[in-house]
Amino acid sequence: MNRGGSSPSAAANYLLCTNCRKVLRKDKRIRVSQPLTRGPSAFIPEKEVVQANTVVERTNFLVEEYSTSGRLDNITQVMSLHTQYLESFLRSQFYMLRMDGPLPLPYRHYIAIMAAARHQCSYLINMHVDEFLKTGGIAEWLNGLEYVPQRLKNLNEINKLLAHRPWLITKEHIQKLVKTGENNWSLPELVHAVVLLAHYHALASFVFGSGINPERDPEISNGFRLISVNNFCVCDLANDNNIENASLSGSNFGIVDSLSELEALMERMKRLQEEREDEEATQEEMSTRFEKEKKESLFVVSGDTFHSFPHSEFEDDMIITSDVSRYIEDPGFGYEDFARRGEEHLPTFRAQDYTWENHGFSLVNRLYSDIGHLLDEKFRMVYNLTYNTMATHEDVDTTMLRRALFNYVHCMFGIRYDDYDYGEVNQLLERSLKVYIKTVTCYPERTTKRMYDSYWRQFKHSEKVHVNLLLMEARMQAELLYALRAITRHLT
Amino acid sequence: TSALCSLLSFVPPQSPAALGLVPRADRVNSGSHLASLLGLTDSGFSDSMEKMSRVTTALGGSVLTGRTMHCHLDAPANAISVCRDAAQVVVAGRSIFKIYAIEEEQFVEKLNLRVGRKPSLNLSCADVVWHQMDENLLATAATNGVVVTWNLGRPSRNKQDQLFTEHKRTVNKVCFHPTEAHVLLSGSQDGFMKCFDLRRKDSVSTFSGEATEAGQGRWWVMTGWVPVLPVLSCCVLRLHPSFAHGQMRDAECEDVLKTTWLLWRLCVAAPLGTLPSGPLFWATGQSESVRDVQFSIRDYFTFASTFENGNVQLWDIRRPDRCERMFTAHNGPVFCCDWHPEDRGWLATGGRDKMVKVWDMTTHRAKEMHCVQTIASVARVKWRPECRHHLATCSMMVDHNIYVWDVRRPFVPAAMFEEHRDVTTGIAWRHPHDPSFLLSGSKDSSLCQHLFRDASQPVERANPEGLCYGLFGDLAFAAKESLVAAESGRKPYTGDRRHPIFFKRKLDPAEPFAGLASSALSVFETEPGGSAMRWFVDTAERYALAGRPLAELCDHNAKVARELGRNQVAQTWTMLRTIYCSPGLLPTANLSHSVGKGGSCGLQLMNSFNLKDMAPGLGSETRLDRSKGDARSDTVLLDSSATLITNEDNEETEGSDVPADYLLGDVEGEDDELYLLDPEHTHPEEPECVLPQEAFPLRHEIVDTPPGPEHLQDKADSPHVSGSEADVASLAPMDSSFSLLSVSHALYDSRLPPDFFSVLVRDMLHFYAEQGDVQMAVSVLIVLGERVRKDIDEQTQEHWYTSYIDLLQRFRLWNVSNEVVKLSTSRAVSCLNQASTTLHVNCSHCKRPMSSRGWVCDRCHRCASMCAVCHHVVKGLFVWCQGCSHGGHLQHIMKWLEGSSHCPAGCGHLCEYS
Repeated sequence: MNRGGSSPSAAANYLLCTNCRKVLRKDKRIRVSQPLTRGPSAFIPEKEVVQANTVVERTNFLVEEYSTSGRLDNITQVMSLHTQYLESFLRSQFYMLRMDGPLPLPYRHYIAIMAAARHQCSYLINMHVDEFLKTGGIAEWLNGLEYVPQRLKNLNEINKLLAHRPWLITKEHIQKLVKTGENNWSLPELVHAVVLLAHYHALASFVFGSGINPERDPEISNGFRLISVNNFCVCDLANDNNIENASLSGSNFGIVDSLSELEALMERMKRLQEEREDEEATQEEMSTRFEKEKKESLFVVSGDTFHSFPHSEFEDDMIITSDVSRYIEDPGFGYEDFARRGEEHLPTFRAQDYTWENHGFSLVNRLYSDIGHLLDEKFRMVYNLTYNTMATHEDVDTTMLRRALFNYVHCMFGIRYDDYDYGEVNQLLERSLKVYIKTVTCYPERTTKRMYDSYWRQFKHSEKVHVNLLLMEARMQAELLYALRAITRHLT
Repeated sequence: TSALCSLLSFVPPQSPAALGLVPRADRVNSGSHLASLLGLTDSGFSDSMEKMSRVTTALGGSVLTGRTMHCHLDAPANAISVCRDAAQVVVAGRSIFKIYAIEEEQFVEKLNLRVGRKPSLNLSCADVVWHQMDENLLATAATNGVVVTWNLGRPSRNKQDQLFTEHKRTVNKVCFHPTEAHVLLSGSQDGFMKCFDLRRKDSVSTFSGEATEAGQGRWWVMTGWVPVLPVLSCCVLRLHPSFAHGQMRDAECEDVLKTTWLLWRLCVAAPLGTLPSGPLFWATGQSESVRDVQFSIRDYFTFASTFENGNVQLWDIRRPDRCERMFTAHNGPVFCCDWHPEDRGWLATGGRDKMVKVWDMTTHRAKEMHCVQTIASVARVKWRPECRHHLATCSMMVDHNIYVWDVRRPFVPAAMFEEHRDVTTGIAWRHPHDPSFLLSGSKDSSLCQHLFRDASQPVERANPEGLCYGLFGDLAFAAKESLVAAESGRKPYTGDRRHPIFFKRKLDPAEPFAGLASSALSVFETEPGGSAMRWFVDTAERYALAGRPLAELCDHNAKVARELGRNQVAQTWTMLRTIYCSPGLLPTANLSHSVGKGGSCGLQLMNSFNLKDMAPGLGSETRLDRSKGDARSDTVLLDSSATLITNEDNEETEGSDVPADYLLGDVEGEDDELYLLDPEHTHPEEPECVLPQEAFPLRHEIVDTPPGPEHLQDKADSPHVSGSEADVASLAPMDSSFSLLSVSHALYDSRLPPDFFSVLVRDMLHFYAEQGDVQMAVSVLIVLGERVRKDIDEQTQEHWYTSYIDLLQRFRLWNVSNEVVKLSTSRAVSCLNQASTTLHVNCSHCKRPMSSRGWVCDRCHRCASMCAVCHHVVKGLFVWCQGCSHGGHLQHIMKWLEGSSHCPAGCGHLCEYS
């Protein structure tokens, strides 16, 4: 992690991490003003994102219809690798931000800012600062949380928990927000806010996970934006790829390796499918497998495997006094492994007892009409999306792989499926992929290009984006489930 | 074939399964094969048919007794099922699996089936079912996908019998064959239904939800999510199998699309619009989760299954390769279904879309017979025994009650059980032939027995009559038929000049049912040509509410009212004029009154003038009075309605007819007399005079402070407040208090203060509002402004305003309504004008919405609207010629067209400005 040495006192005007500073000193430049890779993503070569004409047309059509900013931003561009998903995504996002809903428009964008700030996602923050002002938000609010109404400030706690440890949300949190008083939230408003928060936490995961580049838009004259961009070290946005690109560019070393890796994965998938019929694990083993997976995710230390840090150091690093922190309180609060808190032993969330399809949907749709259908469609879409390909192979049933990814994310948030054999996760997801998953879902801001590159080297970029979509939606669903369960408990 | 022949002879001819069998010779093999697998030889089959009939005829011999009761369970229940003897019930959940005996007064725990030290996931039940033939046989569905059968006859503590681990995902539902002892069906999240023979170790047959009639999933066209018909997808599939995997090039894609489209257009008369340009893609064969499976009670081989995508399928148990029939029943998952116990073809389904639908399956296409809209997603549905049209439902979320509906009366539940504190997860009628006992289990860890007679009946609480006014005075009235019939003898409507124009009577063709209401709807029309609300529109349009002196406004409005033949209203306006601006008053005062702004403000202005006029002479007197006032101020001034009190005092002492006299009679004389007649009255009146004085600064502050920024703006905008006046209002504060005192003292000498009548005016306004003429109330309120506003509480005012605005908008009098909103002082009302004030514009070049600024397009980076005269960007009002579409700043164009009739852009068009 190259952010390791950044000390807030030294960087008064703009924050640069030590690595960048070194580079800058060498270059004798004052400031790096352009992202280091061209195209929408720092991880994906530009030519990979370029699409066939029909897809581009379709994407443009979608953007015109559903984009709030009215232009093709980098997220959309990367997502357009999966147009069918993009439509559900844009539709639900547009609904949340622009259509009928209990919250006023500027509020919605401010909540998005707050959510993105939990992961220091400057890309999303900048985007929504613009939108916030455009929709008539009060510019003063952008100075930080002290300037916003108490009502919005009260959302802080739930934002914090939702982003990092959603399992801690209880009905008391909900009660505190909705209890009658001057600054209370109505339930529909709260549900709207929760949906927005979950959406933007998850989107932050996608932005970091896919290395989305900042928008190159010199036209934006809005003063605030420039300032905020200046105050971020560029490597925050493009994550260390600048430094390690050089070392990784000649990364032909893994080709032979990765080929066999792919074969091995296919082999394992086939074996698992066949094994199902004859070998059955005992119940006890099944439940221990979940615990094992949960525990093991502990040791999957997020971060660069090459220079692995002791975990404790990260906690301190998290407290970055960047410009973003004004939108959040308690910046040190981060993800803590669900399995680690041995003493208090929070009960596992049994997926069957509170499912999205049965319970979450009904509640969310009741309080914030129609969003349920849009989210439902999005979740189904991402879960069922497949091209029946894996890297160079065709006609592959990837259901198993998709399910493993989805359930592994939920596992890290303490959600357990009774009918899933968590041994599969171990079989299907290699360690480097687990590291990547854990980083993207739990500490997205630490994702590096190296992590992105290190797993599934043989796979196409579009497939890796597909993985990111799965991770994003799984995370959003997990957050929503916890929040909605708390609301349900408050209601009964 | 012999097997089939015998089958046919036994299956009643109406059975769809039997009908379906006839033309399909290929079925014979598989059918008989399966029949033999299941042990259904023809003799066995006839046996079971006999059994079936026996079951249905064996009506409950012993009469059930019991009461409404509940017992606490240790854990939330997920499902319940009743033993066929109606004396035991099994409750299953994630951490509970127990059998309770239902006794007269209570539930008694009989058996705990959850044994073993470390409970395995096999015991975490999603569903449980008790065999209706064999009272020792139970089956559970576990959340981890295992199906377990239990034999209560086993001697050991562990009653577990068999374990089927064939499903990969949670099993949502298990179901025994109603008559066959060893046939069990399960439906799972993995999209498969499996039929087990309990004498074998594994399933006999597997039914895949994915294997729909057409084969596989659906094709989607990228534009707008139109699912291509399954039939067509078959065609496409045959044409280009590779397309299923997204491997086609664009050109090929186009071809396929054209073919599809043509086929589509040929086969289905569905308007598609244009040829879809985006690629098709394949939303694959992820099989849909099965939510419920139910054997038909009447048709031996048939079962129904419901799916997460809203489909319902009908299967023949001997044909696992494809379903007999499929239709989309709900939008979203279908959580449950239940066959009607008597009516062969009736299937009730309940879904997440909060609907219960009853389908007739006997016809060629499943026909929706009834639809009940509930308030939450429907988790379970169960037909009520012995009541053809009744069914019980419970919900999955939010709503904890159990409802019993009469499907013919879908809006009000026939009965409602409200015992549970958390969602009800399982319901079961205790005996298949007793309609009065319902058992239920819930997430609140309780098991309940509900008695139908103890149910609350929402119908009784519902208002049996409905009344509604139409916009033009028509009146619709619906009432229970019995009520109407009873009253028609008295002919209540004959006195009215209106008559019902139609009279609708809806009679239910079905058998008469006590709970079923039929109501009569009558509609009364206003007399043709009467155009009852014409006066309202005219008045609204012609009234003047502001912008002129009060006297003129009153006169004008009185004239309007008189012309419309509303003499009382006209009279009222005249009286108001007399009260508030009689000619005797100082002309300056008159002017300030007339602006329609606060009376106090106007009064104050006048006072300051007066002070100059008669300053020295009154000096001593004022000081004197002031000291008196101070002395008394503590006691009375706290009461803000001090003026009101004095007025009331006046009325009491002076007699009620005096004000009336004053109004009608000789103003000058009466007024003087009032004070002269009653010498001792003047004395006590002196401090009273002080009261309003001291109250002035107070009131003044109220006037000044409450308006927020937008109010100030409003006032500044409104043309009827002069700047100087506002200055005086704000500058003349405390130190003027003693001068005020003296001045109005002088006033009182000559005449009564307008405040004197405020009570009367207030009552008058209330009277009009009460009469339904809220127009008058609001108009007077606006015209008089501050003079009366303080006497009527904010909420009432707001109420009047909103009703009037609502009425105006109904009549599409947008301008008037806007004016009223603007003139109102109530904050809640005036903010109506602040909402949705944004005007969205599109760029004139690229036709895209301009989101950030209204004059520069983000995309084409061009200024959208240039002024043809000054060649600058127009940021405000843009006026353009409809002929040549050139335009510019409003002022510039106006000025230009004064001098020239040609377009300023030089296009030669003769523009016109009107």
